[in-house]
Amino acid sequence: MPLTLYDIEVSSRLLLGTARYPSPAILAEAIRRSGTEILTVSLRRETAGGKAGGAFFQLVKDLGMHVLPNTAGCHSASEAVLTARMAREIFSTNWIKLEVIGHQDTLQPDVFGLVDAARILNQEGFQVFPYTTDDLVVGEKLLAAGCSVLMTWCAPIGSAMGPQNKTALRAMRAEFPDIPLIVDAGIGRPSHATTVMELGYDAVLLNTAVAGALDPPMMAQAFAGAITAGQKAYQAGMLEPRDMAVPSTPVIGKGVFA
Amino acid sequence: MMLIVNGEPEDCPATTLAELLIALEYEGDWLATAVNGDLVHREDRPRHQLKQGDRIEILSPMQGG
Repeated sequence: MPLTLYDIEVSSRLLLGTARYPSPAILAEAIRRSGTEILTVSLRRETAGGKAGGAFFQLVKDLGMHVLPNTAGCHSASEAVLTARMAREIFSTNWIKLEVIGHQDTLQPDVFGLVDAARILNQEGFQVFPYTTDDLVVGEKLLAAGCSVLMTWCAPIGSAMGPQNKTALRAMRAEFPDIPLIVDAGIGRPSHATTVMELGYDAVLLNTAVAGALDPPMMAQAFAGAITAGQKAYQAGMLEPRDMAVPSTPVIGKGVFA
Repeated sequence: MMLIVNGEPEDCPATTLAELLIALEYEGDWLATAVNGDLVHREDRPRHQLKQGDRIEILSPMQGG
């Protein structure tokens, strides 16, 4: 079943970051094997006479994917808003992955600045993908600010710890049944991705878990399979755990030998 | 005129933002510019007059997660 994010429909439930790969060629191969249709990108200061940004810009254009620029590294609402405006200037998209970082060590979102920035950007016609915590009230405020997608961390960015609070993730899913929910940060291995998809999340955004693998393209493929498995399992309806055994083989008609 | 370009002091005779980009050899349609915290659209650079001490940011795409 396709996933609709604002006005765009995609088949793949994997969004892929483009940072930290050993080379552009490995990045391109990881993208291909992931099956992703959405790439995240960023902005940085260009050096005088520099062409680095141009080479990457061309690579992204050639890949023909949907582009989701981020405001990574911004520590205030005003900084994030300006970065978003500059990203729209370059990439000609209203999509923005809104990050307002509140804590240097955990990279935990500053949810107050996040809501403020989201409100401003939504009013300016942006389609905001807010990087947020698993806090229900913050989620409600982001939706009230005009967001139609939520991007929830499951552990700190780049930590590879996997889902730390499944109860909170489950509550987010239950509270926002019709809102696309994407787990954005903290995934380390494919089983983590399967777990959050089994909880009913709509997609997973990955970067370090793929880029930092020994073989990023193979890991991208592994994640693609894991995400599909979790999604299908959620749709198929899973058994709930029980305390006692239940025989899988019927006992009626069994031979009696004693 | 003294300007701050991407955080570094720059003494440049340019009077508009477009002239500054040319003088410092910034080129390409992948650049975004801001002056004193406000976005200046590509098409507005030729008429955007610079003032002494303006803070100019010139950003370009890079890899991100």
